Amino acid sequence: MQALFGQLLVGLINGSFYALLSLGLAIIFGLLNVVNFAHGALYMTGAFVAWMGLQYLGIPYWAALLLSPLAVGLLGAVIERTMLRRLYALDHLYGLLLTFGLTLIIEGLFHHQFGNSGNGYPVPELLQGGSNLGFMFLPRYRAWVVVVSIAVCILSWFVIERTRLGAYLRAGTENPRLLQAFGVNVPMMLTLTYGFGVALAGFAGVMAAPIYQVSPAMGSNLIIVVFAVVVIGGMGSIFGSIVTGLGLGLVEGLTKYLYPPAASTVVFVIMALVLLVRPAGLFGRQR
Amino acid sequence: MNRILRISLAALVALAVTPARAADPISDNVVKIGVLTDMTGFYSDLAGAGSVLAVKMAVDDFGGKVAGKPIEVISADHQNKADIASNTARKWFDENQVDVAVDMVNSGTAMAVMPVAAEKKRITLLSGPATTAITGEKCTPYNIHYTYNNWALANGTGREVVNAGGKTWFFVTADYVFGKSLEDDTAAVVKAAGGKVLGSVRHPQSSSDFSSYLLQAQASGAQVIGMANAGADTINTIKQAKEFGITPKQTLAGLLVFISDVHSLGLDIAKGMYLTTAFYWDLDDQTRAWAKRFQNHPDNKKKAMPTMVQAGLYSAVTHYLNAVKAVGTDAADPVIAKMKATPVNDFFARGGVIGPDGLHRHDMYLAQVKAPADSKYPWDYYKIVKKIPAAEAFPSVEAQKCPLAVKK
Repeated sequence: MQALFGQLLVGLINGSFYALLSLGLAIIFGLLNVVNFAHGALYMTGAFVAWMGLQYLGIPYWAALLLSPLAVGLLGAVIERTMLRRLYALDHLYGLLLTFGLTLIIEGLFHHQFGNSGNGYPVPELLQGGSNLGFMFLPRYRAWVVVVSIAVCILSWFVIERTRLGAYLRAGTENPRLLQAFGVNVPMMLTLTYGFGVALAGFAGVMAAPIYQVSPAMGSNLIIVVFAVVVIGGMGSIFGSIVTGLGLGLVEGLTKYLYPPAASTVVFVIMALVLLVRPAGLFGRQR
Repeated sequence: MNRILRISLAALVALAVTPARAADPISDNVVKIGVLTDMTGFYSDLAGAGSVLAVKMAVDDFGGKVAGKPIEVISADHQNKADIASNTARKWFDENQVDVAVDMVNSGTAMAVMPVAAEKKRITLLSGPATTAITGEKCTPYNIHYTYNNWALANGTGREVVNAGGKTWFFVTADYVFGKSLEDDTAAVVKAAGGKVLGSVRHPQSSSDFSSYLLQAQASGAQVIGMANAGADTINTIKQAKEFGITPKQTLAGLLVFISDVHSLGLDIAKGMYLTTAFYWDLDDQTRAWAKRFQNHPDNKKKAMPTMVQAGLYSAVTHYLNAVKAVGTDAADPVIAKMKATPVNDFFARGGVIGPDGLHRHDMYLAQVKAPADSKYPWDYYKIVKKIPAAEAFPSVEAQKCPLAVKK
């Protein structure tokens, strides 16, 4: 029983990463209709920016937490302005192909520069150590990850679903021409949306840097699961991706305890089942 | 009529003059070495471009020529896929005049290429793959397994750690052939040395989160956690073991750890870990001299020290070229016979012997990763705990049960 609690907690930690990453994907898909395959690569970029900042410029973790998502968001804005924008009128497939190509290029560049084994990023001093919960040892940093991820998720959900800015965004996807007639700069808004979505990926990257080795492959190891999370939650459903992310983390944690060899497949089994019963996903609306 | 006769005569003469492949001492007037390795995947830091560099250094040091003919090096990325590896090798042997294929890090690719090479009578020199069966039931006549195998890794770390007092073990194992065979080999050694295996957990390859598995290892209460995985999986296991406060209470035993992994982790995280290695750059003057040449080579952009895979490859290729020089041909049969008959004496192996099964038996080393305070200069990572003599480090010819060796 004690072991089970430990596994569930670990599952929750992983789930908060899934939630953070799938949230960005869901925002981008929901508002821009783009399947952003570059999400994993930008998550990795976020981690690398933090690592390079520390290594070459001495920028500490706390500053990186702000600067790295900013840098990744800026990169995203450039990508949207110069490339992605031209594809909005075309089929989803073109956006997917473009972002997939970008993933290969970004990962290739980092691989060429830094090799494959990656680099370690130290846990910030304030968050080192941990506490014994009786049933397991909880590193302080992991607790921090859970709290911050959930806070960021809720904040993003609130901004999009409950504020005026969010209302503009949602209106912009429903009827961009009408919104533009009201004097709202829609193209600028779309750029900012994509920038914000990938900045979330960059943020997750900084959060992940002290836990996983900062390596070029870190994004591609995770991205497939994250896509499954988005599909299960319902493509584009922001609330769905948060809940599903956390839930799947728990299910995966449980599987690792009960039958470890299935841990990497259980998410996809659930995805297949959900698609059979509810093709639009658990929280999705049929378009 | 006259013209046709003339043409056919000319054709006949041409046929008679064109020598058959076997009749030429050096086929196609070139000795061609193909480096088939992982250029971009999990193993690219421990083999990859560094392996190609090691082979080029071996050729340059040999003078670029053997038996009066030039030596050429080509390379390809096998992408860790068996079918790509065997297709590339087939093309090399059929169309590109490759005489010897080397490296093949990743057992799956090695075992896909070996039968192709045997069929075409070309030599394979393996540095990097680990599966023991390569020179066991899957052995081929033209193959040499040069640097290490699972048996040697398991035996070195397993027995020595038990002798040092680590009696109870728990395994964190990668869920594929290599991981399972490494776990089985090590568990057998641990039991034989008087230790006990309390349990194991199998994780999918390339999992990034190991905390669940580590919690299970922690709950088992074992003194030693044996990591039967490799590359990024091992790195993340070690990192997270420290995070969850598992080390230093429980000791980690790396069953396949390379100096590139330790470099990437940093000593603070890796310190105290036991591992078995075929080569360490800072063993003596000879190893230092060679390793520094490797490190400072203009092609070595990251200025990394060589791994055991890369050092072994240099030694293997040099041994091959010496054999070609001695017998004056690059035909597979005499060269492989000469290689097996000649002991290896260089910076990598002292008195190494290649058995009839193709396994190169040489000394191995049990090492412990230094604490940051004990590391005096860059790359000063290992304390060599013990030299494991060749006879103990590798399985005997009888134990390997290679059908080729049994017949003799």
